[in-house]
Amino acid sequence: MMKIAFPIMGTSYIAFQKIMEKLGHEAIVPPKPSKRTLSLGVTYSPEFACLPFKILLGSYLEAIERGADTIVSYGGVGPCRAGYYGVMHEKIIRDLGYDVKFIIFEPPHREFKKCMAAGKELVNAKENSWGKIFEALTTGWVHLRALDEIERLSHEIRPYEINKGDTTKAFKQCLELMKQADTKKQIAEAKRESVKILKNVEVDPTRNPLKIGLIGEIYVVIEPFANFDIQVTLGEMGVLTRRNIYITDWTKDNTFFKGEEHIKRAARPYLNQMIGGHGIISVGQTVLYAKEGYDGVVQLAPFSCIPEIVAKGILPKVSKDLDIPVMTVFLDEQTGKAGLQTRLEAFIDLLKAKRDSLREETA
Amino acid sequence: MKTKIGIPRALAYYAYYPMWKTFFEELGCEIVLSPETNKEILDLGVKEAVNDACIPIKLFHGHVSSLQGKVDYIFLPRLISMNTERTVTFCPKFLGLPDMIAALDTDLPPLLDMRFDFKKGKKQGFKGFYEIGKQLKHSYWAIKKAFQNALHAQYEYEKLLAQRVTVQEALAYLYEGKELSKPVDYSLKFAVLGYPYAVHDRFLSVDIINQLRKMGVTPLTADMVSSKRLAAQAQKLPKDLFWTFSNQVIRAALYYLDEEKVDGIIHVTAFGCGPDAMVDKLIELEAKARGHVPFISISVDEHTGEAGVQTRLEAFVDMIKLRREQ
Repeated sequence: MMKIAFPIMGTSYIAFQKIMEKLGHEAIVPPKPSKRTLSLGVTYSPEFACLPFKILLGSYLEAIERGADTIVSYGGVGPCRAGYYGVMHEKIIRDLGYDVKFIIFEPPHREFKKCMAAGKELVNAKENSWGKIFEALTTGWVHLRALDEIERLSHEIRPYEINKGDTTKAFKQCLELMKQADTKKQIAEAKRESVKILKNVEVDPTRNPLKIGLIGEIYVVIEPFANFDIQVTLGEMGVLTRRNIYITDWTKDNTFFKGEEHIKRAARPYLNQMIGGHGIISVGQTVLYAKEGYDGVVQLAPFSCIPEIVAKGILPKVSKDLDIPVMTVFLDEQTGKAGLQTRLEAFIDLLKAKRDSLREETA
Repeated sequence: MKTKIGIPRALAYYAYYPMWKTFFEELGCEIVLSPETNKEILDLGVKEAVNDACIPIKLFHGHVSSLQGKVDYIFLPRLISMNTERTVTFCPKFLGLPDMIAALDTDLPPLLDMRFDFKKGKKQGFKGFYEIGKQLKHSYWAIKKAFQNALHAQYEYEKLLAQRVTVQEALAYLYEGKELSKPVDYSLKFAVLGYPYAVHDRFLSVDIINQLRKMGVTPLTADMVSSKRLAAQAQKLPKDLFWTFSNQVIRAALYYLDEEKVDGIIHVTAFGCGPDAMVDKLIELEAKARGHVPFISISVDEHTGEAGVQTRLEAFVDMIKLRREQ
């Protein structure tokens, strides 16, 4: 039995915890990222490593404090730096004197053997039957999908809520329900119940909220600690946000299925080259948001994130050509919530003014 | 009238100029090289480039702008892969470089977005050359011949570097008719590692190579290690880095640590460089694991001053000399 920790990213830990437990391991869920997590990470990380690197390192160290002896994470084949983070984290943690094992999953369509080797280490095939392993993994997947769906729904409802904070309260209840669910049947039930809870939030359907598309680097887009809960903040300001990056979508698109082709096609006039990370997706997604009539786009990226810097260099042209305002937010350990809030308010004012002037023109 | 091709003297110029120059000259073009980096180019670059970019990218923008109005085409290399290593490419900024330039809001001459992709070998690599040759209206055979000669010129250049000639000296020898100076062996040997455009851009690195020589140090750079020797170092790391120049640097670090026993390692890195966040820490940890070969990291940016770097170098050299005496 291993005491396994894994990265915290949004709500996914709920499903990962269950998977580990079903495989007969003890799951050490790192505490939700906090200021302490970040300062631990910052202390031992290279200065110009990106924010996700620092948060994850801090998270691993906190998990080790809680007794973890193994860390499971995801690799990558570049050219985004994140693919090398497993190696770096391991070296840094070893250098600090901890003897922790790292199991890194490489993307299966590129590094099949390495991925299978990692899988073998994790599933403990001697004690678990293949049926049990299969069940644990597929249930985990169903769990992840359900979590993503509920979160997506909450973002759709929030800008219409009458009492500020109701949706967030309801969403918390939903997560508690999802935490209780173990089998596929229970998950389906918990999901149904959660949808009901969210749909019971008192709303004003006559509103016509501004629509903002979120793009950027996956970790800072998904993890609320990294982006100061931007989707909730915007939602409570009465803005409808959509992001197309969820863990399950991304996993699907980046293994054997190719789900992002239409986004890459949209990016082609501006960037016709995979540049790693979510660079090309950010450009393509902006084009698509513009065509779908969104009022604006917010790009979220860790400070010094290379693919997003390239995207940022190209976005002004997209923005000009398709007449869609884009605001870029680079996040690092110095970013403060109040500063971000002010920038968002200004951006929203601009979008409102733009919408009003459009309305006058058509009237 | 010969077609004038403008080549920005920045980024991969220091690594692949002989290849580019030979190719275009074989096709009957005239090369116009932007001047060596100076304050004016820096200011132009800072103005044009996306402000979060690293300084080498900003300088590239500056060099491109400085060619404005002087040439028929501007050559923009898109480096995908210069060898057959499977997961190795270049920093995303190299991959998207022509797109970043094309998205600028300025009037530039037509751009030659030339793709370098040798992942599946020479045949695939030729495609990028062929596209550009065709765009300049040359025949298949003329392009093929220019391509062969370009590769040969590159091979000769790298051979020269492996004889411990610095990039600047090699280029001056090849294209300005300057004699190669006799290498002087000083008592101290330092590995001066970093990307070619950080170490060999004399403006950006405040001419660190010659500064060190003046202090009685023999500087050894990453491009002085032959690709064969570098490849032999690869297995010492659990996983290759994804970027060609980064692999070159970390492997050269391992080579100089294990085979050459240098007295110190200097890592020259551009402020905010993404890959270097990894590389710098890796070199530090590898040097530490091998019994503390002194290591210093020198970060350069828009505001780097010669005096500041000099002071740090002097302190580093003094420290090592002191250690030796003890």
